[in-house]
Amino acid sequence: MGLLRTILLRLLTTAITLFGVAVIVFFVIRVVPGNPIAMMLPPGATDEDIARLTALYGLDKSIPAQFWIWGAGVLQGDFGTSITARQPVLAMVLARLPATLELSVLALLIAVLVGGAAALTGTRLRQTKVEGGIDIAGGMALSVPDFLWGLLLILAFGVLMPIFHISGRVTPSLDLPFVTNFYLVESLIRLRLDLTLDLLSHMLLPALSLAIPLAAIIAQLLKQSLKETMHLDYVTLARTHGYSEARVIWREALPNALLPTLTLVGVQFTFLIGGTVIIERLFSYEGLGNMAIDAVINRDLPLIQGIVILFAVIFTGVNLVVDLMYAALNPRLRHG
Amino acid sequence: MTYLSVRDLTVRLKDGPALLRSVSLDVAAGEVRGLVGESGAGKSMIGKAILGILPRAVEVVSGQIVLDGVDLLTLPPAERRVRVGATCALIPQDPLTALNPSRRIGPQMTDRLVDILGWSRANAAARVQDLLAEVQIVDPARVLRQYPHELSGGMRQRILIASAFAAEPRLIVADEPTTALDVTVQKQILKLIAGMQARHGTALLFVTHDLGVVSKVCQSLSVLYAGKVVEDAAVRAFFAGPKHPYSAALLAATPKYTDPDAGLQPVPADVIAAVRAEVGHG
Ligand SMILES: Nc1ncnc2c1ncn2[C@@H]1O[C@H](COP(=O)(O)OP(=O)(O)O)[C@@H](O)[C@H]1O
Ligand SMILES: [Mg+2]
Repeated sequence: MGLLRTILLRLLTTAITLFGVAVIVFFVIRVVPGNPIAMMLPPGATDEDIARLTALYGLDKSIPAQFWIWGAGVLQGDFGTSITARQPVLAMVLARLPATLELSVLALLIAVLVGGAAALTGTRLRQTKVEGGIDIAGGMALSVPDFLWGLLLILAFGVLMPIFHISGRVTPSLDLPFVTNFYLVESLIRLRLDLTLDLLSHMLLPALSLAIPLAAIIAQLLKQSLKETMHLDYVTLARTHGYSEARVIWREALPNALLPTLTLVGVQFTFLIGGTVIIERLFSYEGLGNMAIDAVINRDLPLIQGIVILFAVIFTGVNLVVDLMYAALNPRLRHG
Repeated sequence: MTYLSVRDLTVRLKDGPALLRSVSLDVAAGEVRGLVGESGAGKSMIGKAILGILPRAVEVVSGQIVLDGVDLLTLPPAERRVRVGATCALIPQDPLTALNPSRRIGPQMTDRLVDILGWSRANAAARVQDLLAEVQIVDPARVLRQYPHELSGGMRQRILIASAFAAEPRLIVADEPTTALDVTVQKQILKLIAGMQARHGTALLFVTHDLGVVSKVCQSLSVLYAGKVVEDAAVRAFFAGPKHPYSAALLAATPKYTDPDAGLQPVPADVIAAVRAEVGHG
């Protein structure tokens, strides 16, 4: 009964959230000091020049009036023009989005695989030295933030043992046949595995920096959840059926242990996406985050607004996917 | 012929007190043996030891668990697991927690037949459907597609009973299978288990704290107190006159099994003290 209602309610709250985000960003970046027009003009510019340009970008109007004009544009798909690049914000932002999405999803995949494997191994070998080792490794992974992992990885695999690229997204001298900006996906579809390898060699270290803390969180949460599940009656009953310990963990405990982990991993994934801002800067990776930092440095107000709105849309989307997965995994929700 | 023979089994908490002390009991093929004793006596622990599901905090110190001529405690773990899975089954105490909430009933019942006994999926599905019909579940095909939360406690216990009989085991351990149920459902379930046991000729170790139940479904019984068997008797002989004072007191404390309205008498304190001294406890 409630599906349509749920979706409508969801869309409504999403709209309100995005509006709130838009208002806050819009006003905050106009209150902090720094004049974007003065910054883009050469030192000798006259006050007259500045006033003319300021009027051109509509920055001479009151802030609510500016918001009104901008908001009306956004509703028609026009996010304004970047002050520094003099290009439409929407096109610029959408062109960078694939790079950040590919990086975030690669990091998420690594975190889920590594964290999941650690949780399953730790559960299978619980109360042994192996579990102790996993706990210690997890504690270490969590006590260092992602950007420090980035520096450590650059030092280890970029400087001491230079086996991975530490800068950029792809080797520029390569012949790139791509028609979309989803380079990694497209290289796989075109079966250009040479390009896939080059891309991965660039993405691995930034992705690892983002993935290491999340992998540790997944390992801890999932292992705890698995261990609690392993004591439940239906797991004990399944044991009497003659199944191996590995199968009992995988088939009986894991599906139930996933549920409580999933929600938290969703929240943590949005933090990971937030982490791309600094990590992309660190690895000169041409994604949204890197662009965001440039935009802030240049006080490129329309660009900042566009990027922040896009991040907010991504976060909302992640939360929606998590909720849908939760419903799909939980039979109680699946059947009303 | 003896199918299960537990010999001098001693089990303890790791670095802790003994939970079972030199327990011996036999279950003949096709026999129903009651295992009675107050809560905490170690009844479930015996069942868990037989089925190989002792908690990790607990270890077997000594003794034998001979199943069909083979001492399970001497087998490698994987072999023991498969042998027990193929020949024994458990009817658990609480039907509300004994089914996996995220899996459909069908696979929960057929997996063992397919994965451990090597049946085809189709044969296994047909088999469990027949069994569900045998435990008087209406529309078995539909129930096999349902999730546990869609079914009542009584339904779930019927499913668990059917599931226990699915692999045609030689021995079933029923651990207080009616305790968690409504009084009105208890009788039906008890009857159901007794009927299934008789039809399939399965040996049954029936754990209960209710002597009235023992008198109805068991041929023999073992009385457990503080991890020790204090009496091992045929049901007829036991109800005619228990040999051990604790058994006698337990029998006296049970509302007369023919008269459920009779009052409950506590076991007299002097008897308790005497038994505790005898089994070396406290
Ligand atoms: N997982 C466990 N860890 C430690 N002690 C336990 C555990 N399970 C049961 N015990 C103890 O073992 C004894 C026997 O328990 P149990 O066999 O469950 O009793 P019963 O089934 O007769 O009520 C009790 O004293 C109980 O406290
Ligand atoms: Mg018990």
